[in-house]
This record gives sequence, C-alpha cells and structure tokens, in this order.
Amino acid sequence: MSETPSSPSPLPGAFSRDASRATDPGLAAASNRVPAHVPFPAAGNISDAEREDLRRHGILLTSMEELYNWGRSNSIWPLQFGLACCAIEMIAAATARFDIARFGAEIFRPSPRQADLMIVSGTVTKKMAPQVVRLWNQMPEPKYCIAMGACAISGGPFKQGYNVLKGIDRFIPVDIYIPGCPPRPEALLNGLIELQKKIQAEKMSGPDAARHFRADAPSEHPIPDFGEHDLDPPHNPAVWQAPAITRPGKV
Amino acid sequence: METAGQIRDRLLARFPGATISLLTNPGPAAEHSLLVDAAHGRAIALFLRDDPALQLDYCSNATGVDSPEKEIVETKKVSTPDPAGGPAKITEEKTTRTEPGYIEAVYHLYSMALRHGPVVIRMRTANRSDQVTLPSLTPVWRSCDFQEREIFDLYGIVFAGHPDLRRILMWDEFKDHPMRKDYVEPDDYEWEPTPHNEVLDRAKTHFAAPAASAPANAPAAPSTPAAP
Ligand code: SF4
Repeated sequence: MSETPSSPSPLPGAFSRDASRATDPGLAAASNRVPAHVPFPAAGNISDAEREDLRRHGILLTSMEELYNWGRSNSIWPLQFGLACCAIEMIAAATARFDIARFGAEIFRPSPRQADLMIVSGTVTKKMAPQVVRLWNQMPEPKYCIAMGACAISGGPFKQGYNVLKGIDRFIPVDIYIPGCPPRPEALLNGLIELQKKIQAEKMSGPDAARHFRADAPSEHPIPDFGEHDLDPPHNPAVWQAPAITRPGKV
Repeated sequence: METAGQIRDRLLARFPGATISLLTNPGPAAEHSLLVDAAHGRAIALFLRDDPALQLDYCSNATGVDSPEKEIVETKKVSTPDPAGGPAKITEEKTTRTEPGYIEAVYHLYSMALRHGPVVIRMRTANRSDQVTLPSLTPVWRSCDFQEREIFDLYGIVFAGHPDLRRILMWDEFKDHPMRKDYVEPDDYEWEPTPHNEVLDRAKTHFAAPAASAPANAPAAPSTPAAP
C-alpha cells in the first residue's frame, strides 16, 4: 500500500512537492487537510515489505479490518445439515483424513443461530427448499453460502425432475460454487479456502462494504410457498434471473 | 407352489361372483399375474394370506401403472361380390374405438413361512378421472402402507380403508400426479448451457426474446419462429 506521488499526503503539516500545487494557495491548503477516507497512517503508509520487516522484529502492524477479517475467516462455523450424497463427502471432510479443523471450520453448529456458513450439500428438492431458505434467514449476518455439488448448483443429474429445485441460488445468494458429483473432500476444502480469501478481501466501510455492513442489502429472503403445481414463486427474481440465451447463428 | 392359473381356479371356486383373469407375461420369467376385480380385492387378499397352501404373508412391493386412453384402429377387409360376375371387390374398412384408460395397482406377494413367491395380483380402477377408488390392502399386509401412499401421491389412486392416506413425497398442497403419463411438469429449467433433444425444444420457448437483440454483425440466422 505504497503512496502514489500524486495522492495528497495524509500527514498534517506535510506539503506537496508538486510545484503546480505548491504555487496555488487554495490547493496547497486543501492538500494539508486529512481526507476522511484515508486509512490510519500505520496501516496505509507502509509497504508490505516494510511490514514484513517489522514483523520479523516482533512488531505486528495491522488494521482493524484486517484483524477482523483474519479472525472471521479462520473460524467459519458451518451449519450442520446435509441433503443428499454430497453430505457424505462433507462428513468425510470433517474426518481425521481431510480434517477441516485445519481451517478452523470444524465446529458444525446444529443451530442456524450459531452458524456462519451454510454448505448446501446435496439435492434440494422442492419440498425441502422452503426449509433451506428458512434456515438461511435464521442465520445471523455475516453469513456465507457454499453450493456443494452439481445438485445444489443446478439440479445436477436430477435437473429434469419435476420435484428438484434447479439450484439453490434461485432463492438465496451463493458465494462459492463447488462443481462435482460429488466433489471430493479436497474440493470442499478448496472451496473453503476460496471463501476465506473472499472474506479476507471484504471491506468494513465504503460503497463496496461487505453485505452485513450495508443497510440496503437484505439478509433475509422470502420463503417460497408450496403451490399447486410448483413452488410459488419458482425462483426469487431479486436473487436470480435466468441468463439470457443468445446463440448467434443458431436457433 | 401352485401356478397362477391354479390359484385362479381355486379363487374362482371360493369366490363364485368374482372376476379374476390371468394376465400372462411373455417374458422368460413367465411371471403371470392375476387381475382381480376391486369389489372382491380385500377378500381375495385375505384368502391368499391365510390359505394354508399359499400363506402369502409378505407383500414385498406395491406399485402403480398408468394406462391412458388408447385409440385402437382396426382394419377389416370386406369383399363385396361383383354383381356382373367378376372378381369380388375387396375394400378395407377402418374402425376406430377408444379403449378407456385405467390405473392399476400391482402387488407382489411372497410367503415367508413356505418360502415361495411371488404371486402377482393387480386391481384396476374404472377410469382415470372420477372412479379411482380401490380397496386398500394395508389392513391385510402392513407393508403396503407407505407404498399405497406413494401410489396415491404419484398416480392418484384412492385406497379405501387405508389408515393414513396422505401424500408422502410431494407436499399436501400439490394437485398433480406426476407419474401419470399425461402429467405436464413445470417449465423451470429455462436455462441450460448446452441444450439438446427435448431439452432444446423446451429451451427454445425461452430463446425468443434474446434472439431479437442478437448483435447485428452476427451471421444472418434463419428467422426464428415465435415461441409457441
Ligand atoms: S451432486 Fe451428485 S453426489 Fe452431490 S447430491 Fe447431487 S447426485 Fe449426490
């Protein structure tokens, strides 16, 4: 995070070496004020190499955001539930051989109130879908969703079945998709690592802040009703829309 | 064990008013079945279970079969003699008749005590719409419970005398019977990356809108007919 030459110096009293600015009294005055969005100097003005150097000497410099995300990403507690064969691989990922505990995610919570991560592992039937959405709504923010396996992504081998939901992303937002039928436990671990990277990159403020810092982003989604022929509605248009099919030159 | 034919003869002697027909199976297993009329179904089932020579005490499987209405075209050759004495004129006459549809419940019975089986019995509903009631055999064989509920759910046969007749796989509000041959499933896989065959035909109904906004420099596509 090295400072670029043209950016205003965040340190009060410092003045810009830019000649054109220095001669303009208005601009010089402006550059002396600390803009609100510049992070605290300790975190913002030091290069990664310098920080590594300090760390070697036993001095840890970090930011609140980094500390917060580091803690969260290494204690992702999944919700303990499985829907079909993929759940067996999820269980295997928790065993000694694959050991999801290495990533701090071994505490499978039996209550959605205590869970951070919903691993949708298996076929979501239409009869089950409202319950899955309800569990998602009961999880407190910050929360994440992994769609594990072809079924949870798209209906998988049962895509043409009348009773299978064609992907859980039709009702709740999915962060990580893990393809496979079933994905190996290593693939689930890889998905978890990808989720950790995603969490570590999340912002606490600003327009691209994480969902749980934004009042406008919903954390609950409407639960579909059991209709006479299908779920009602069959998908949540606020969350999912069918991609436009363009096949140039083809019908 | 007696053959299906022998069982049928014994049943007819025991239940003179019943209609029982033998449906032969041409396959190598020759697993023939007995079509039993619904009115005597329960009594016949009890007889099969309690008869000392059969003791069919275990119903391993109950399932449904849907037979929709069939149009049968029969061709008959009619020869009309020529009044002038020439060769008789042969014309073909086609008659069409509709065979009414029905739904069948099929039960596979075994004897645990005598280690034989299976004996297959079937019952037919009168039609596929309003007369779909058959006697439940759950009071005879407890193992029919869930399977008859499944038949009720997916085929729509109503089992009179079933202790707990509710849908078992689909939700209670569901109105259709998905295993019937005329069931129309909801069109909810509108997007498919590489559709082909029937899926392509279904996906086409969703193509129409984006096809109109296809880029102008795309090769001229044959005009897409509007989605039906
Ligand atoms: S993706 Fe394959 S393994 Fe996973 S739930 Fe579906 S069918 Fe089972």
